[in-house]
Amino acid sequence: MQIKSSREPLFHLVKRDKIPWWKAWLIRIGAILLALVACAVISELITGVKPKDLFTTILHSWFGDADYREKFSIVQNRKFWILLQETAILLCVALAVTPAFKMRFWNIGAEGQVLMGCLASAGCMLLIGDSVSPSMLLVIMFIAAVVAGAIWAIIPAIFKAQWNTNETLFTLMLNYVAMQIVAYFCIEWAPSNGSNVVGVINRDLETADGGNYGWLPNIFEGFVKDVERPRMPEYAHIILIVLVLTALMFIYLRYSKQGYEISVVGESENTARYIGINVKKVILRTMLISGAICGIAGFLLVSGIEHTIAMDTVGGRGFTAIMVSWLAKFNPFVMIVTSFLFVIMDSGASKVATDLRVNESFSEVLTALIIFFIIGCEFFINYKIVFSRRNGKKLVSASNAVTSSDNDNSK
Amino acid sequence: MSDNIAIELKGITKTFGSIVANDNVDLKVYKGEILSVLGENGCGKTTLMNMISGIYFPDKGNIYINGEEAHIASPKDALNYKIGMIHQHFKLVDVFTAAENIVLGLKKDYKSANGNSRFKTMFKTGADLAKESIVSLSNKYGFDIDPEKKIYQMSVSEKQTVEIIKVLYRGADILILDEPTAVLTPQETEKLFEILKKMRDSGKSIIIITHKLHEVMAISDRVTVLCKGKHVDTVKTSETTPNALAEMMVGQKLSLNIYRGDPVNPEERLVVKNLNCVSREGVKILDDVSFTAYSGEILGIAGIAGSGQRELLESIAGLQKVHSGEITYNDPTTGKVENLRDKTPMQIRNLGVRLSFVPEDRLGMGLVGNMDIVDNMMLRTYGKGGPFFLHRKNPKKLAEDIVERLSVSTPGISTPVRRLSGGNVQKVLVGREIAASPTVLMAAYPVRGLDINSSYMIYNLLNEQKEKGVAVIFVGEDLDVLIELCDRIMVIGSGHITGIVDGRRAEKNELGILMTSSKKYDENLTDEEGTTDAN
Repeated sequence: MQIKSSREPLFHLVKRDKIPWWKAWLIRIGAILLALVACAVISELITGVKPKDLFTTILHSWFGDADYREKFSIVQNRKFWILLQETAILLCVALAVTPAFKMRFWNIGAEGQVLMGCLASAGCMLLIGDSVSPSMLLVIMFIAAVVAGAIWAIIPAIFKAQWNTNETLFTLMLNYVAMQIVAYFCIEWAPSNGSNVVGVINRDLETADGGNYGWLPNIFEGFVKDVERPRMPEYAHIILIVLVLTALMFIYLRYSKQGYEISVVGESENTARYIGINVKKVILRTMLISGAICGIAGFLLVSGIEHTIAMDTVGGRGFTAIMVSWLAKFNPFVMIVTSFLFVIMDSGASKVATDLRVNESFSEVLTALIIFFIIGCEFFINYKIVFSRRNGKKLVSASNAVTSSDNDNSK
Repeated sequence: MSDNIAIELKGITKTFGSIVANDNVDLKVYKGEILSVLGENGCGKTTLMNMISGIYFPDKGNIYINGEEAHIASPKDALNYKIGMIHQHFKLVDVFTAAENIVLGLKKDYKSANGNSRFKTMFKTGADLAKESIVSLSNKYGFDIDPEKKIYQMSVSEKQTVEIIKVLYRGADILILDEPTAVLTPQETEKLFEILKKMRDSGKSIIIITHKLHEVMAISDRVTVLCKGKHVDTVKTSETTPNALAEMMVGQKLSLNIYRGDPVNPEERLVVKNLNCVSREGVKILDDVSFTAYSGEILGIAGIAGSGQRELLESIAGLQKVHSGEITYNDPTTGKVENLRDKTPMQIRNLGVRLSFVPEDRLGMGLVGNMDIVDNMMLRTYGKGGPFFLHRKNPKKLAEDIVERLSVSTPGISTPVRRLSGGNVQKVLVGREIAASPTVLMAAYPVRGLDINSSYMIYNLLNEQKEKGVAVIFVGEDLDVLIELCDRIMVIGSGHITGIVDGRRAEKNELGILMTSSKKYDENLTDEEGTTDAN
């Protein structure tokens, strides 16, 4: 028999019962601060960038460079409003994936669903043009985008409901199909042969009141008086639309019967069957809604911001939105915060990459570091660490494993 | 005397959040004895054993093995200290043989028992090498096991045997069994006890976790009673009585008798005729099942777990596809006869059939664990009212009512039900099903895992429903309870009815034999009162 020294473990984990909300937020804010410190240390060590430069660059990415800031005013700061608009679009995609995720339907095909919405909008814009009135065109574009997004989402849902296929792979693959379809139309619609770039659609096709056909009009134009060159009206309408959508989604999930059914199906299909919910119907209906909102996001992107279509119009938002939704634990209002967080991190990272001449991959490392801290801190919200009272007291006891040969049968 | 102590716990404390699972518990187990650890559910029996077997680590207190302090931080450590635990839920690989499961995770040992050379054994698997040892272990203790048999072909008791041999093969001297008899028939239980006694006589220490008093009396040398995480007392079995133990367990005097009133003018409520069900794999799970449930009586269903009880209830509730047969319901208000076969739960409800069902899987089927009590109350009724918005007012009232009337201990009605203890979860579920004022109430294992007080509360609720004229169908596992509570007991064995007996005259042995019998029950052979002489 072999004598083995055994040591009491240094610490062990204890599950917390309940944590007051302020304590939870204290931990979260602490985690972000720690993450920033870690970012500073790592960039100093690896790239030699001074922490001060790092953080000022990030601030510039949010509010613009020095001369901008001298006349800083919220309504005038263009950079800041772009950030908010970016947040709105990301939030819109996150709202779209949320009902599906709540139903435990792993829809990672938002990228493709939004892209199909973009394609449908751009197609209507290009092909219908000024043959209908400007407002009619917008309505047609909107409907086309919603239908396209919904179709792209309902395909995997039908297969899941009928034959229980794996929706993760299915939705993921449909992303690539969508991209290839867009690639085809980019070639088809490119104004000059061989360029494969669609370019700004309807730039010269102006409406009577000075807008362009198929472009979302600035309803806030002239809203802000007394300020020189206000930037807010250019962006506020998209933000407003998404905020309304956020409130609607919150109500739908929390206070509607359909939202309740989504939760029950997501938590346990057995329970849903037991109380007589038609699970297939709920899956199909929820994915229709999810795809339709993706279509809306596509419409906003094309009609409100880009006025063109390309393979990278969605730019990975379909995937980032999944993180936004999960991190907010599927609460639409919390998603406002999480989507903003992702947008400012992204803008900071790309600014750091260009201005400080560090590798772009490095700025992605910084982003990942921050996300790691934010997600990691949830662990400390759920558990606490208890250190043992007698630190590492060594003691000798107990025999080591009796190998299987000299066990009972040898007696 | 201290040489004789196999394992000793001193001042063990373990907390989970604000819940104290074990509070300053002392325990001694001698070599060559069987110790029962007795206590209600949630009193910390399993937590305590998990600390001995390395699954949890104590917050405070020390464990001594053979007189030396030990730190058991993982199940592997526990094995090094020769401690083996047989869990309630078996941890076996279904498609492997018994022998393969037994050697699973162990390094292949080239020095095989009979001293073959390395060359001879290198092409053999560990399972081949282990077979001899398994056979010799079986002979020594009287196990009946075929090492070549695959797990999925085994009965529950055979699987348990594999689990026991697994820990013995790993050299365990201290065996912990967590409610080993919960899944066994009376006959199998007796056999297990014989084996345990043999192991005790060969010097092993055995700890049995249980809350069945008569088993404690039958097998153990000493009994340790836990109550609310605290060690109440350890007594010699020969010097105590079941009543004294029960009092120690709950900390108060109580009567162990279950009230049973006489059925008041029974009418045929639910008639099942020649019901057949086939599983997805094509195996017959219900074979020609026929019975009638009367209003105002409790019909008990006894049987080994997995004999088709679940499928029977689920086919009545419209959750299981029926292959052939009839399920009809006599409506007491309209007098109409409704066919329930091939209807979804929603359609059954729309017919006006007030059928309540307390399923076996409470949190996986009857309730949604992550939802609060109010939202769980809505499960059955959320469809009522306007087309779009949920109405939480009535469910909220119902939730408050149930929490108060059934004394559910919960921080509030907006607590997720998964945070409640097993007994309280069941009260919420039963409370909701009864609130629908059913005419048929089906309950599958409604007291499984519940402590004595909660169990009696459930029995009372069932009796109350019976007095109201509800046809109650009660699937149970504890034969003593079935015999005391039910008016008639139907025994089901591998998918068919093996007998229907009068609850007032039933004998435990008779039920046990029926449970394992393969003979189909023939109604024509029985007299009017529905009794049958078993085989």
